[in-house]
Amino acid sequence: MATSFIGKPKNRVDGRDKVTGAAKYTAEFHRPGLLHGVVISGTIAKGRIKNIDTATALEIKGVIEVFTHNNTPGLAWLDLSYKDMDAPPGDPFRPLHNDKIQFNMQPVALVVADSLELAQYAATLVKVDYEVEKHRTELADHLADSIEGKGLRAGFTPPQSIGNFKEAYADAEVKIEAEYSHGAEHHNPMEMHASTVFYEEDGSLTVYDKTQGVLNSQHYISMVFGLSKKKVRVLSPFVGGAFGSALRPQYQLFMATLAALQLKRSVKVELTRPQMFSFGHRPITIQNLKLGATTKGKIEAISHQAYSETSTFEKYVENIVNWSAKLYDCGNIEQIYKLVRLDVYTPLDMRAPGGATGMYALEAAMDELAYKLKMDPLELRLKNYTEEDMSDGKPFSTKTLRECFKQGAERFGWEKRNPEPRSMKDGNHFTGWGMATGVWDAMQVPARAKAEFSADGTLRVGSATADIGTGTYTIMTQIAAETLGLPLEKVTAELGDSDLPFAFIEGGSSTAASVGSAVQKVCRKIAKKLLKEAGKIKDSPFKGAGLEDVVFSDEKISDKNDPSVNMTFSEIMKSRDLEKIQKKYMLLPNMMNQRKYNRNTHSAVFAEVKVDEDLGTIKVTRIVSAIDGGRILNLKTAHSQILGGVVWGISMALHEDSFMDHNFGRFINHDLSKYHVSVNADMPDVDILFVEEPDHVVSSLGAKGIGEIGMVGVAAAISNAVYHATGKRIRSLPLTLDKAMTETAI
Amino acid sequence: MRPFSFTKAGDKATAIKVISEAEEGKFIAGGTNLLDLMKFDIMHPAHLVDITGVALKNIEALEGGGLRLGALASNADTAYHTEVEKRYPLLSQAILAGASPQLRNKATDGGNLLQRTRCYYFYDPATPCNKREPGTGCSAINGYNRWHAIFGASEECIATHPSDMCVALAALEAKVQVTGPDGDRIIPFEDFHRLPGNTPEKDSNLYENEMITAIDLPPKGFSENFTYIKNRDRASYSFALVSVAVGLDIKEGKIMEARIVLGGVAHKPWRNKEAEALLENMKSTKKNFENVADAIVSEAKAYEYNQFKIELARRSIIRALMQAAKTEE
Amino acid sequence: MKTLITLRVNGKEHEVNVDPQTPLLYVLRNNLGLKGPKFGCGLSQCGACMVLFDGKANPSCLIAVERAAEMEITTLEGLADENGNLHKVQQAFVEEQAAQCGYCLNGLVMASVGLLNEKPNPSDKEIQAGLYRNICRCGVHARVIRAVKKASAL
Repeated sequence: MATSFIGKPKNRVDGRDKVTGAAKYTAEFHRPGLLHGVVISGTIAKGRIKNIDTATALEIKGVIEVFTHNNTPGLAWLDLSYKDMDAPPGDPFRPLHNDKIQFNMQPVALVVADSLELAQYAATLVKVDYEVEKHRTELADHLADSIEGKGLRAGFTPPQSIGNFKEAYADAEVKIEAEYSHGAEHHNPMEMHASTVFYEEDGSLTVYDKTQGVLNSQHYISMVFGLSKKKVRVLSPFVGGAFGSALRPQYQLFMATLAALQLKRSVKVELTRPQMFSFGHRPITIQNLKLGATTKGKIEAISHQAYSETSTFEKYVENIVNWSAKLYDCGNIEQIYKLVRLDVYTPLDMRAPGGATGMYALEAAMDELAYKLKMDPLELRLKNYTEEDMSDGKPFSTKTLRECFKQGAERFGWEKRNPEPRSMKDGNHFTGWGMATGVWDAMQVPARAKAEFSADGTLRVGSATADIGTGTYTIMTQIAAETLGLPLEKVTAELGDSDLPFAFIEGGSSTAASVGSAVQKVCRKIAKKLLKEAGKIKDSPFKGAGLEDVVFSDEKISDKNDPSVNMTFSEIMKSRDLEKIQKKYMLLPNMMNQRKYNRNTHSAVFAEVKVDEDLGTIKVTRIVSAIDGGRILNLKTAHSQILGGVVWGISMALHEDSFMDHNFGRFINHDLSKYHVSVNADMPDVDILFVEEPDHVVSSLGAKGIGEIGMVGVAAAISNAVYHATGKRIRSLPLTLDKAMTETAI
Repeated sequence: MRPFSFTKAGDKATAIKVISEAEEGKFIAGGTNLLDLMKFDIMHPAHLVDITGVALKNIEALEGGGLRLGALASNADTAYHTEVEKRYPLLSQAILAGASPQLRNKATDGGNLLQRTRCYYFYDPATPCNKREPGTGCSAINGYNRWHAIFGASEECIATHPSDMCVALAALEAKVQVTGPDGDRIIPFEDFHRLPGNTPEKDSNLYENEMITAIDLPPKGFSENFTYIKNRDRASYSFALVSVAVGLDIKEGKIMEARIVLGGVAHKPWRNKEAEALLENMKSTKKNFENVADAIVSEAKAYEYNQFKIELARRSIIRALMQAAKTEE
Repeated sequence: MKTLITLRVNGKEHEVNVDPQTPLLYVLRNNLGLKGPKFGCGLSQCGACMVLFDGKANPSCLIAVERAAEMEITTLEGLADENGNLHKVQQAFVEEQAAQCGYCLNGLVMASVGLLNEKPNPSDKEIQAGLYRNICRCGVHARVIRAVKKASAL
């Protein structure tokens, strides 16, 4: 059938717009008279603003206003009003609220001028005096002063210990204990955070915001500024990457809206690259792992403990220590999760939050155990493979991890591995092979979609979700086209508009399973209506037929058993004198059924590295990633998602580190030449394979989301490979050359 | 960016005249570093004199066998110039280890000498920095100093010079031709950059309003036995943690002359002539190379986060000498 | 001080009245409405703003518009022909799915065009070197290399 698209490697529907520059991002919307706002960032970590002198800046012609806490009107007085849909427990940060400084680079003023250049210049003339208080920003120094990592937050599972770890560990024949840590990371999407707020004649706002959830931004503006949602429309048609940074409304949205409402003018605020380090980051963790096993490699005891940072005002929680129960058949698991309040901005979900870091430590520890047992690391994992989550005893909806191990190992050539470290030398380089497992949640959340089929044969589908580069437009188009049997060109997908039906924030790898299913269902409703109308036509062969009796393809309805009996859509629309068919659908996850299962994606990751032990240089030369992601909806976009995840894993393993100077409590490498992400020259050969099994518990499409799973486990696989190469165990990321240089060299 | 005025100069004399008359003037050619510093509000000259129109782009042979690199020749044109590739491959290698091709298209040879440190604190106006604002203090000395100097630093500044090209030029003993209000002069490369001492705001020994017109390479190019090693935090597009340029003159199995210059470790390309002399008339053995490496790093002093640089420098020197001499392990 | 400056962009002359020191990128985006070149850092660190200057790809965020006036500038918008047929590099990027979020794509496309202008048949290594300062955060590097290969064969 020409209209079968799901599971095929289809080009992106927005590919052309992106290579020609036709795709417009938030800061690219323009209207005459638009004002430009530049944010001034604070320079201390804690204290108060004594004085802000804006007089010199205001004297410049073309500078309209400088907003500070002194002239910002009283807004919503309830902290609660600032709570967005993704806010962790606590009191959200309120920009320009008072003189208090709670973290370094806190926005302290907004300069608004006729032009960007003018606003930038005027910003250099604003003088801020501070009263400095002693800050605390270093996690390692304050572990004794921790609080429990608990709290209500969507997607967060509080730690849950089972059995008796202490006893089992004490009795274990073989044990390891190790501490792992890693640096803070910032999302740094290529597009800076920006908000363009158009002030309409009737006082309503049309807001272009860089966001993963237009409805979240709309909700925030409406609550904070006391505006009816009818007066706020938020759009975000294209997002230049986000990776979690745009889950919550960031302060530029507040700033631009404030200025627009106060000045009754349209205002754009775009952050600078250094300011991309001024809000949430992936929190630093310090993790302790204890594993106990029999000499034969049966794991008897697991303890996973993590200390993580949060701000003084919110309690950011993520799933760091919960993963071992999903992977290993062990009855005694201890999970401890503690938070330390520091004078930093609240951490923020960043691609595979908690999983990327927690699984790094767990899977590095598994490698250490394998070596202690003198056992192949893959064999150790297979030996302790579990078909159920040990913490609740429920089975997995689908789990093809065993097959991922098998196929991944074959593709990589794992059986040829000599387990001995330092066993593969070539000139100055040692080659190392390592592996690790990945796991992530397969979530489905409520979503609404609408569809409108027209007599000209075109279909529009819409939902207020986002496409942050993940391919949502394409997936929606494919699903709609296949469900109704239309060519891709006749389908238009709409998203990123708060006027569209409800969808959750685009995050946590839930969109394909949620919005995708809603699109499928709403298109079925259209199909049903078309069939019903077809049945009403005189002498119709489809009188009384049900959807199960027919096939929708190539723009017609055909008898399932006899394709020669068919009617085209245009025939039906014309005969029935219909101009449009409009339908809506609300997808509610089948909680009753879903609750019976654990729903996860998995991966088996194999890595090859070359290490120069004298100079410490590490080069990742090969990655094989085998993915358990349910049914794959589009091989091209899916491949890109996993590839991106792998690159993130490499970048986390080797490069990324936002380092804070604790004298100032300030991230000090705040631009792209000093904050290193992997570049072209760091890229290895990446081989991705999917071990598909449709998961109809997670979604009617059989899909499990795959935005995060590609990253999980990669850093551990690389770290384990480095150990295999040189015999030196490094327990902190990134694996920089100073750590990788061995003692035994030149 | 703060407002500034701008003049184009078509010849050297005009350039010098304009800048001498301007208050807070700066020359600009490729602009690859100056403009980014201006955007960060770290440098704010009131007047820029664009010298790209001055005829200083040529690379030409010198009488006596050397090669003259015009100050406005681009780094890219220099690296790929046939004479440079053939006779001074060390220089090509160092430039190509440096920035990206795009950057090299614009960056000029003169500008490369004058690029400023990439110290985090120098780039962050929210923190004290003696180089940016004399007298405010050095944040790096007790801060995050992973990238910082292990040789020749002072209590006032521990920044490093970021250039790769300059490390090779120091090894080749290039000479810098300059012109200024008081006429022309020649500065030997080792005297061009300076150590921070108590005036870290000065990177070089150029006088006020002087401009570089050319860089002269002496005849000897070490084209047989040379190497440039750059250690950095990612495979491309990052500055050296430690780099080494080595040129060896080997005759009949003996080292006649050795040049060893380190980059990324001091306020200027770091060279130790006494240590180099240890190799004179010696054989290219690993032991001999270890001795010279030990001698060089014996003077190193590290800070909290850059301890590793001392050992990395030692190993890099040995590796570079082995590669240059084609010594087997 | 604003001055009238004539720019040659995508084969057409444009007069703009701007401060001659304004970075070219701002003029392209704000005065000429050419949103192909992207603002990713303004510090010549990410490559998102690349345009072709006389056929060579370079960032446009740190060059004063006045200096750009001497050169023939091509932006992303100027690659396709007048009938809307994509440039072979654009076509290959679509087919190889080299776009994810698309924000760095302008730079990657322009750098690839610049590279192929100089080296019509680059090796993988030469492509990596040629694109090595274009930062992509979605991680599409491998697909970009394939796309450039494909374009070079077209």
